[in-house]
Amino acid sequence: MDILLKDGHIVDPANRLDSTSDILIRDEKIAKVGKNLRVNGAKTVDCKGKYVLPGLIDMHVHFRQPGREDEETLLTGSRAALKGGFTSVLCMANTNPPIDNQGVVEYIYAESKRIGLINLYTVGAVTKNLDGKELTEVGQILAAGARALSDDGKSIMNAELMRRALEYTKMFALPIISHCEDLNLSKDGVINEGFVSTKLGLKGIPRTSEIAMVMRDIELAELTGGRVHIAHVTTREAVELIGQAKGKAINLTCETCPHYFTLTEEAVLGFDTNAKVNPPLRTKEDVEAIKKGLSEGTIDVIATDHAPHSEEEKDVEFDSAAFGMIGLETALSLAFSELVAKGILNWKQLVERMSISPAKILGLDNKGSLGAGSDADVVVFDPKINWVVDVKKLESKSKNTPFIGKRLDGIVTLAIVGGKIKYENGKFH
Amino acid sequence: MAVTWVRKDLLGLEELSAEEIGLILETADSFKEISQRPIKKVPTLRGKTVVLFFFEPSTRTRTSFELAAKRMSADLVNIQTSASSLTKGETLKDTAKNIEAMKVDIIVMRHSSAGAPHLLAKAVSPSIINAGDDSHEHPTQGLLDLFTIKEHKKKIAGLNVSIIGDIAHSRVARSNIWGLTKLGAKVTICGPATLIPPDIERLGVKVTYDVKEAIEGADVINLLRIQLERQGQNLFPSLREYAIKFGLDSEKMKFAKKDVLIMHPGPINRGVEITPEVADGPYSVILEQVTNGIAVRMAVLYLVSGVRERKH
Amino acid sequence: MVFRDKAKIMDVEQIDKTLTRIAHEIIEKNKDVENIALVGIRTRGAFLSERLAGKINDIKKKEVRVGILDITLYRDDLTTISEQPVVHKTEIDFDIQDKIIILVDDVLYSGRTIRCALDALIDFGRPQNIQLAVLIDRGHRELPIRADYVGKNIPTSLKEVVQVKIKEVDGIDEVMIQEKEN
Repeated sequence: MDILLKDGHIVDPANRLDSTSDILIRDEKIAKVGKNLRVNGAKTVDCKGKYVLPGLIDMHVHFRQPGREDEETLLTGSRAALKGGFTSVLCMANTNPPIDNQGVVEYIYAESKRIGLINLYTVGAVTKNLDGKELTEVGQILAAGARALSDDGKSIMNAELMRRALEYTKMFALPIISHCEDLNLSKDGVINEGFVSTKLGLKGIPRTSEIAMVMRDIELAELTGGRVHIAHVTTREAVELIGQAKGKAINLTCETCPHYFTLTEEAVLGFDTNAKVNPPLRTKEDVEAIKKGLSEGTIDVIATDHAPHSEEEKDVEFDSAAFGMIGLETALSLAFSELVAKGILNWKQLVERMSISPAKILGLDNKGSLGAGSDADVVVFDPKINWVVDVKKLESKSKNTPFIGKRLDGIVTLAIVGGKIKYENGKFH
Repeated sequence: MAVTWVRKDLLGLEELSAEEIGLILETADSFKEISQRPIKKVPTLRGKTVVLFFFEPSTRTRTSFELAAKRMSADLVNIQTSASSLTKGETLKDTAKNIEAMKVDIIVMRHSSAGAPHLLAKAVSPSIINAGDDSHEHPTQGLLDLFTIKEHKKKIAGLNVSIIGDIAHSRVARSNIWGLTKLGAKVTICGPATLIPPDIERLGVKVTYDVKEAIEGADVINLLRIQLERQGQNLFPSLREYAIKFGLDSEKMKFAKKDVLIMHPGPINRGVEITPEVADGPYSVILEQVTNGIAVRMAVLYLVSGVRERKH
Repeated sequence: MVFRDKAKIMDVEQIDKTLTRIAHEIIEKNKDVENIALVGIRTRGAFLSERLAGKINDIKKKEVRVGILDITLYRDDLTTISEQPVVHKTEIDFDIQDKIIILVDDVLYSGRTIRCALDALIDFGRPQNIQLAVLIDRGHRELPIRADYVGKNIPTSLKEVVQVKIKEVDGIDEVMIQEKEN
């Protein structure tokens, strides 16, 4: 059935569109964009007062399948994604067993097809078992459909190994997503090293742990010509280094997450384990630098690093609690309230950070755009509705977010994937 | 004294007001005399159950709390890690809920994880008293230190207090800093640069690496233990070097005021942070701290048991 | 709760005369003044016991030991009252073994305070004899307790309150009866 979205404010930077118009979706593609479209027999959705965006792409999620299906499955994660406006996601490899060989990659894509909700992509691990010692069969993994490589969750400490990995993957034109952490500096640390760690008597993770490794990866990218995408940037200095490096001819991109432009280390006061995340929440100055980096385009992508954890892993002593927070369902609202509503990003830039750039980096042609012929992955967002983050209403199987009880502005009302409505006003199809 | 005690728990000194600290010290003063009677007992906590929930070894603090509870006629239960079901994989919260189901009134807790008492305070209804949560706080130690100073100096405001040692890993240092600054003392902390935590000046203290500077002009010097385990972490080269540079000996005492108080939370490492002559010398009030510890803990148990409102 | 002054029962002269009379009675009953110690119950009882000791000294030219007792920790109502009462120091720095202890309080009412005081005293040792001196006995005993020396008997109703004020605490010496309003 055709779908006609009427009178929405379309934000489609790929086609220089940022105004009210109609969109016709036919089969699995965008058929036509224009004013006053009329089609017989189409399901018409009134989008007046709402924003119509290319489906968001989250290039950093942890769905816990295989291994910890009690925390999240590909199915529950897909639903959480839809609710948050994400029509495509990239799964990280630190599952159990890890996604470090062709077989597991194929399993993920087979499951994705069976579930049939969103475009589920996966990375392949850089090293076997994410041990940081031996390269995986990169070629086979990419041939099976992996869109990038990453040992995220773990850091590749051996610079020589990272160098060879970057050189090798040069052949495939896909990036290594790098989790930048110096494991010796960060050892036993649980929050940012600074005033809050001093007050609480908790061991801190010094900012240099991230900065030094970002510097290393930038240098290795320059040395090898390989592609590096720096995951979850949190520090002012990392933003500066990346900004400088982008002036040179280096294949360098990076991302940050909503919690790094909305929360500071103070969220941990009172020992709230929902604010325990790696890399840790930083200072006010870092939050400002992240926002500036997003605004200037130094930071290419907003991803969520959606990291579900069960109650048993979070409702324990702070030192023992797992790192990570879920983020799919709150990301767009947070980006809207903190960045767009406050004039730090305009809608065009937001779509670039959350749809166009991820599509480009992962080589997903036909996505990130609402032009005729593009894949019909479309999201409708109502900025006027505000909602309270309620544990009972979260779609994700895990509820570890520090935003519980907070009132957020703006909500996704419709999500279309591949030309079919998958989510509408609270219901999944 | 206009303030009443309304807190179900005592988790730290950071959240207390100067008036609340004053109330505890005043109450402790009234309890001190009980330990000097021939029959060291009052019936105040008769029928109440106090559980000592200790995950780190401790003789001093545990015995002190035990005597404090028993001298107030409370029923006492001792739980040590090795004997508890935590080693069988039960979570801390579950163990606490099991204890709560036995209808206890107060849980005194020492744990190797900062924030563990806060976790329990939210989860169960008995009062939680923090007897030390890793490097975070040790409120009753901070209080008995304040009490000891006040007994000798009659006040806290305006005093120069120096805390010397491994500040970074010290819950005693943090509790002392909160208590002393709230009551108006001027605090200086001193130790090797590797053992001074970042941004600590923001708590209103002066930082120096020069032990002479910390000793001169100090009305009170509080020495912290150097833990043997820290040596393996490259935080300082050797105990010998620490003792030479920071250990309080008779030579360094020459720079001290004639009426200085020497304090130490114990147990002391003779010859490391303090020499025997100083520990046993005329300026040392280390043993008084132990005596005062019981009075302070009795006061805390008394005040906390009087809070009627219970959660859940 | 609001109280309204109803009647003045004793003024400063009457209080002084009454204390003098009690001092004489104590001396008469206990031939051996050497072995007497007064223990005042905080707060006003403590000051009254000081005064009594002074009067006994005036008459017999002998110093009588005085102690102060805080009975808060012995109260039987700690679990039911709304606020934890403030604890003050007990100061009995002499041995009470085999002594004649005279407890001193301002008002004797239900008798529970004296019951607490007896429990507290026993924890300090074994006196030969414990007697009780009160400025006012207002009746309505809830326990079998009686005073050996009474300044004045004042029959009262349960709606009334006997307010003893003494110079050391309240700036004035007087005994008032007050009535609870509504």
